[in-house]
Amino acid sequence: MAATETPMQRERAQTIYEKSKPGRRAAVLPSAGVPEPPLEELIPKELLRVESPRLPEIAEPEIVRHYNRLSRRNFDLDTGFYPLGSCTMKHNPRLNERVAALPGHARLHPAQDPRRAQGALELMWLLQESLAEICGLPHVSLQPSAGSHGELAGLLLTRAYHADRGEQRTKVLAPDTSHGTNPATVTMAGYEVVKVATNGQGGVEMDDLRAKVSDEVACLMLTNPNTLGLFDENIAEIAGVIHEVGGTLYYDGANLNAVMGHSRPGDMGFDIVHVNLHKSFSQPHGGGGPGAGPIAVSERIAPFLPRPQVTRREGGNGSGPSYDLDFDRPKSIGRLRGFQGNFGVFVRSYAYILSLGADGLAEASEIAVLNANYLKARLAQGRAGKHLPIAFDRHCMHEFVLSGKPMKREMGLATLDLAKRLLDFGFHPPTVYFPLLVEEALMVEPTETETKESLDAFADAVEQILAEGEQDPEIARQAPYSTPVRRLDEVKATRQPVVRQALS
Amino acid sequence: MSRYTSATSADRAAMLETIGASSTAELFDQVPEALRLDRPLALPPGMSEAEVFERLAELAGRNADAEEQVCFLGAGMYDHYVPAIVDAITQRSEFLTPYTPYQPEISQGGLQVMFEFQTAMSELTGLPISTAGLYEGPSSVASAGYLAIGATGRRRFVVSRGVHPHSRETLATYAEGFGAEIVEVGLKDGVTDPAALADAVDGETAAVFLQNPNFLGVIEDVEALGGAAKAEDALLVVAVDPMTLSVLKPPGECGADVALGEGQPLGNRLDFGGPSFGFFCGTEALIRRMPGRIAGETDDVDGRRGFVLALQTREQHIRREKATHNICTAQALNALAAMVHLSWLGREGFRELGELLVRRTAYARQRLAAVEGVELLHKAPVAREFALRLDAPVGPVLERCAEHGIAAGYPLGREYPEYENGLLVAITERRSKEQIDELADVFGTAISAERGEFLSHSESKSPQPQEIG
Repeated sequence: MAATETPMQRERAQTIYEKSKPGRRAAVLPSAGVPEPPLEELIPKELLRVESPRLPEIAEPEIVRHYNRLSRRNFDLDTGFYPLGSCTMKHNPRLNERVAALPGHARLHPAQDPRRAQGALELMWLLQESLAEICGLPHVSLQPSAGSHGELAGLLLTRAYHADRGEQRTKVLAPDTSHGTNPATVTMAGYEVVKVATNGQGGVEMDDLRAKVSDEVACLMLTNPNTLGLFDENIAEIAGVIHEVGGTLYYDGANLNAVMGHSRPGDMGFDIVHVNLHKSFSQPHGGGGPGAGPIAVSERIAPFLPRPQVTRREGGNGSGPSYDLDFDRPKSIGRLRGFQGNFGVFVRSYAYILSLGADGLAEASEIAVLNANYLKARLAQGRAGKHLPIAFDRHCMHEFVLSGKPMKREMGLATLDLAKRLLDFGFHPPTVYFPLLVEEALMVEPTETETKESLDAFADAVEQILAEGEQDPEIARQAPYSTPVRRLDEVKATRQPVVRQALS
Repeated sequence: MSRYTSATSADRAAMLETIGASSTAELFDQVPEALRLDRPLALPPGMSEAEVFERLAELAGRNADAEEQVCFLGAGMYDHYVPAIVDAITQRSEFLTPYTPYQPEISQGGLQVMFEFQTAMSELTGLPISTAGLYEGPSSVASAGYLAIGATGRRRFVVSRGVHPHSRETLATYAEGFGAEIVEVGLKDGVTDPAALADAVDGETAAVFLQNPNFLGVIEDVEALGGAAKAEDALLVVAVDPMTLSVLKPPGECGADVALGEGQPLGNRLDFGGPSFGFFCGTEALIRRMPGRIAGETDDVDGRRGFVLALQTREQHIRREKATHNICTAQALNALAAMVHLSWLGREGFRELGELLVRRTAYARQRLAAVEGVELLHKAPVAREFALRLDAPVGPVLERCAEHGIAAGYPLGREYPEYENGLLVAITERRSKEQIDELADVFGTAISAERGEFLSHSESKSPQPQEIG
């Protein structure tokens, strides 16, 4: 395919440092208004910097233009369908941005006296109560900054819980379908990971679980629905097996969007749950953060929660309740970060919960599941059904996994090629090559905020790419063609890393 | 109720027919009946957008923010002016709503921002390698601990008491998991006690942790203190306030192996503590041990310059239990805010701002130390924050200042019982000379009132007058 350069391709990447010229500037600062002695009179010379950091020198109009042009080199959820499995790319309501930006939130100092931050503490308390109800577990800490941070919190809580009972356990079980963060967290928390096999229905292989369970097992980390988008029907039995040997059960909340208001991790037997506020509760992903990973826990884990905790005291004599931060928690694992957590994220997620309410949350999960099953059914038809079979053929929850194995074998097209060709059709591809146990995996999560028309358009695009592949697989192998840059040499970036601009 | 879904009843019917299911309930059949929630969630019904706005505005109205009060609070997060272009750029959908750049061909904007940000942080710290960002400050300190264990094979940390209490506590929380001993070294005359530090570092020490300026605002002689780490081949980890790096000797020139810190002062809101970002820089030797995302430069198949996530073989999605860290967020939007702020300040403006902070802080320190009943907690040089000792109970004094619309500072007593009536006062470019003068006046009145009450209270309680004084 003859590639004609698009205007954006013709515009070669230039960094802001390369647009810099000595003498240009944007900021004008207020005058000091106080005596201005030489710095050496205030700070010993040997502690002072000699040469200023080489930041760009550039005027405001060009800064705006530079970053606006860069922004156009990104694909984003506000522009198009983003079925990235396990990432829950649902609409980010703009209302939430507006309320987060209110000065009472955005300009509230984290060390403000709790008596003068009652609105913020009440909001945190209300969010905690909401998440507790959704998860079916009574106690919540909002502190963890992301899902991976919540996982670490969960295993440190597990460690503290066992230590409190005078036990030293060494192993944590995780299915071979788990997110990479699970085993990475296990190591960080000082445990050894033991993999549990997956059965023919995509659930935990019970015999393998029983064989690996012992009183050395501190915890089982599980996602339910699992990373294949399937609800593990044996969950109650799994919980029984783990609890019988005294372990804790950890719920990776990455897939909570499937079950809000329909089923609760606490009722399934989990002791600790993390919730990705940037997935199920609509915090924008920001190109890779910020997010937040609050945890909800059972009674037996609660004494060990991070500090400080938000507490509520009922008012007397006609006054309302008051809120405070409780630092006096002797069994706490301690802090996981500074101050109280990603409060700006809490505001957005609480606004989302208020907007939807009980019925709206349940409906969101219902439509997420409907959309996933519909797209799965659409992709079971035509060429997709032949070349991209579903990995486990049953109703899915909020996402499903296809295997590109036949496509690779019969057409010589790898899952990566299909993904790259989808870029030319204006779609973000699904998650690829995960979970690991499905060959050439494509993990598709449409979310509830997509229309039937978008799902149809995506299914049509896959069909068209496969038809094209039957004729000439080389088209997809060389894709993409229309993106700001084409396939990039990732090996080079790792073998000879250039991770900053060279400046003279 | 607000809804962000589109499925009409006709859509539902058509979709169910394609699926071959009679109802959406059937799709949930895989959830065992005993585990299905048989009641609605006990949450309020949904609200209209206007109602949600009013409710959130009402909650926000019950916080005393930095618009309502003159804010001298610091302790790691500062009320800097965030230029308008930061909001305009970070609110663009193209930056606000994508996920992590897993598909680099359609993520060049975000990846290039990471690359530019890494360059800026490398310039600020004087170290060659920067990551794209971690969660925030204190957890970045803890992550440096995990890195140090891997790099040295040792399990002992020597930590200055001048390191932010939140960082020390977070490091201790993490260390309980990966297994490390923590030895704390005290402060003397406001700085890390050099003799005690040298005594504490030994051949089992994985890393020495310093903060500059330290929690009391004092500028440490990092180079001199770091000698103790070098002598035992321990890593030198230095937490820094990025806003001071225009005037203070950068950690990379003081022998630091890792320089990191809380990024909030750069273009990020106070937000009651987050979200912000942590920055994390290191030497070349540590590049394959760094936590989190790193963007790198490369070429596409036609030879065009482009950017990708580099060195992913360190990371959890590939290495799983052997990963250098479990983190997958880069706080990309917050790092973008920092990059836009730094570009706006520019090379000259960044330096001017640093100098402005130092001079206004010197003025404020002198002005407040002249108030009756106030003395400096230490006389060592400071940059943008300083500590005082009040000759009156600090809580009631702060309360009186708050009644005059001033958040006068951060009380040290909870985290430093040895400074019972200590107060940390922070200065930004938003705190004018007039506001500083006002603080001094209000402070003086508040302290003298509290001392009066304190004395009369003591007198009334003391049956024998000779016991007073």
